[in-house]
Amino acid sequence: MNELRGILVEQVERLVADAGGVAPLREVEAGGFPQALWDGLSEQGLALALVPEEAGGVGLSWGDAAALWQVLGQHGAPVPMAETMLGAALLSAAGVEVPDGVLALGEKGAPFGRHATNAVKLDGARLTLHAVEGATPGANIGREPRDDLTLAPRSAAGILPNSHGPRALRLGLALIRAAQIAGAMERILALAVDWANTRKQFGRPIGKFQAVQQQLAAMAGEVAAVQVAVSNAARAVDARGLAEAAFEIGCAKVVAGEAATFGAATAHQVFAAIGITEDHELHHFTRRLWAWREEGGTDRAWAAEIGKLALARGGANLWPDLTARDA
Amino acid sequence: MRFDLPDTPPGAEALRAELRAFLAEAGRAWTPEIRARSWMGFDRDFSREVGARGWIGMTWPKAYGGHERSGLERVVVLEEMLAAGAPVGAHWIGDRQSGPLILRLGTEEQRRRILPGIARGELAFCIGLSEPDAGSDLANLRTKAERVPGGWKLNGRKIWTTFAHKSDYMIALVRTSPAPEGGSRHAGLSQFLVDLRLSGISIRPIRDLAGADSFNEVTFDDVMLKEDDLVGAEGAGWAQATSELAFERSGPDRYLSSYPALSLGLDALAANPVPGAEVTVGRMVARLSALRGMSLSVGGMLERGEDPAVEAALVKDVGNVFEQALPEHLRGLLDPEDSPAELRALLAALTQLTPTFSLRGGTREILRGIIARDLGLR
Ligand SMILES: Cc1cc2nc3c(=O)[nH]c(=O)nc-3n(C[C@H](O)[C@H](O)[C@H](O)COP(=O)(O)OP(=O)(O)OC[C@H]3O[C@@H](n4cnc5c(N)ncnc54)[C@H](O)[C@@H]3O)c2cc1C
Repeated sequence: MNELRGILVEQVERLVADAGGVAPLREVEAGGFPQALWDGLSEQGLALALVPEEAGGVGLSWGDAAALWQVLGQHGAPVPMAETMLGAALLSAAGVEVPDGVLALGEKGAPFGRHATNAVKLDGARLTLHAVEGATPGANIGREPRDDLTLAPRSAAGILPNSHGPRALRLGLALIRAAQIAGAMERILALAVDWANTRKQFGRPIGKFQAVQQQLAAMAGEVAAVQVAVSNAARAVDARGLAEAAFEIGCAKVVAGEAATFGAATAHQVFAAIGITEDHELHHFTRRLWAWREEGGTDRAWAAEIGKLALARGGANLWPDLTARDA
Repeated sequence: MRFDLPDTPPGAEALRAELRAFLAEAGRAWTPEIRARSWMGFDRDFSREVGARGWIGMTWPKAYGGHERSGLERVVVLEEMLAAGAPVGAHWIGDRQSGPLILRLGTEEQRRRILPGIARGELAFCIGLSEPDAGSDLANLRTKAERVPGGWKLNGRKIWTTFAHKSDYMIALVRTSPAPEGGSRHAGLSQFLVDLRLSGISIRPIRDLAGADSFNEVTFDDVMLKEDDLVGAEGAGWAQATSELAFERSGPDRYLSSYPALSLGLDALAANPVPGAEVTVGRMVARLSALRGMSLSVGGMLERGEDPAVEAALVKDVGNVFEQALPEHLRGLLDPEDSPAELRALLAALTQLTPTFSLRGGTREILRGIIARDLGLR
């Protein structure tokens, strides 16, 4: 891990950890917005983290950003910072000045759209910026706001470079959700291990039962797999841009979706009844895992895309294609 | 636990190209059964050719027949060999663990005597760990070496020793002093370099369920070992043997065992499209890519001299699940009648091998126990 990334990860970690555990998650579910957390993160310059320094941003790499998104995912941080970072990166790449405040991605089911002042839309390679005039509230099963927006006519527009291409929003969102899943997986593994060492049955901690140990060990394997897949995808974006990293991003979203499915089920098995309750913190993460599987393309959809490509290229090309993508 | 992707070593592309040309030529002679066995296949002529090209002992000093290349360049060679299903068994163990052990802990005499032969692809090694009553519970082993004038006297029995009947040497883990009363059973174990031609050794092949002679029972009856057949320190055998395991468990051999079937399966599916097959294929390719990243990360850690024992166990566990599931995924997609004969034969051979993937090198349960300990559960 490079030095800058280490410092930023630490700062963001402190900010989200200090935000009060699941309190901000409950606040958002009740229709509020954790303004203090948003402001704290904004003060770190996070919104412009992916904007190059010469354009007034921080100039982080996508690898650095993915590390931050994992931290956000680890805490379920209920602020659209990752989305705003992506929106700002694309606006800047298209030569559009980045406005202050929350950026919504798209206009249907936009994450935290009701809290956004502006929205970013992509039509072909043409990126447009719109003021948000109204929002019909909705939510995913993570109880995160996913709103249909009424947008003003565009206030600015630009063309995305080919390296990011016409699918940049979907690709970026897939990477964000995969990274958040990696973080949330790490979290539920830690919660489950902790619980296994605490909860006693038959006179000993349930973590002493081999059946429980084996399940948690298998979960650790999934955590490792999704983390590596996300690093690999972010590295590909750094090397080639979003468009040419579609394969790695797709792989990361497939592995993340599978890991989320397995991880949530395993954690609930270990927690048993207590984990099903509204009062317990586990569901804040498992519901998000289930929701994030679906956003930015499901694992099934991405698998279909990767599979079609592999079938079209043929068996003899699979291995050479894979190794040719090494960064 | 942490995984950091290493950078691709310089020259990797040229090295891959060289390997692919070589393997395409050599591979003409390989039947589907040979490709399915890959590193469980033994072909001395092939290993000698690989050695002649400088692809064994790649990271070792030139003074011992090595080539002073990086560990990540070595990984390129391993990956290409396995993706092609090359029969690398005759040099695999020597290159992967016995050679590195001797290089690290052996005497100067042992290094000069042994390493150049491994690097030329001429000396084959086998692993003498398991015994009839010491499987997962390896520390329960009973084979013992007693000090005698001029050396050691070896008695006991090893089992499941892959390729003992075709190998030149075994690295054996044996007891050299009794476990201390009430103390750790890991004390008093030592490793020996055993020349399999010595008198008093008998090797009985054990036929496996696929009808092949791949592993053996090896009996030692008053076998005389020389003083300098001891490898490393007397009594330090347990730590020595377990530190080898990160090398043994993290390599591409822990997730690529079924790869040749995926490659052929793609062509069969392209010729006979099955609706929805792309989803299953995509899931396999995504897993393959993630596992490759995990294994490369551990390769990078080994290169930096770190001790990624837990990461290696994670690679092997996730990798074994993948390589066991792969033939079953293909089976779920392809009708045998519509499949080309070569793929059918490959799947038939692989199906009989898959149970071994999560046994050899430590069972799934033992690996998950290691991971659970790292998680703080034991
Ligand atoms: C193809 C093949 C090649 C091999 N080659 C070699 C070789 O070259 N050299 C060598 O030394 N060995 C070799 N082995 C042996 C291999 O290392 C052993 O099979 C393995 O360590 C397991 O030992 P076992 O077969 O005695 O099973 P056991 O230890 O008897 O285990 C039986 C079952 O019980 C489970 N079990 C055992 N203990 C525990 C526990 N504490 N907790 C939970 N579950 C447990 C195991 O996971 C397994 O499922 C080979 C094995 C195979 C299959």
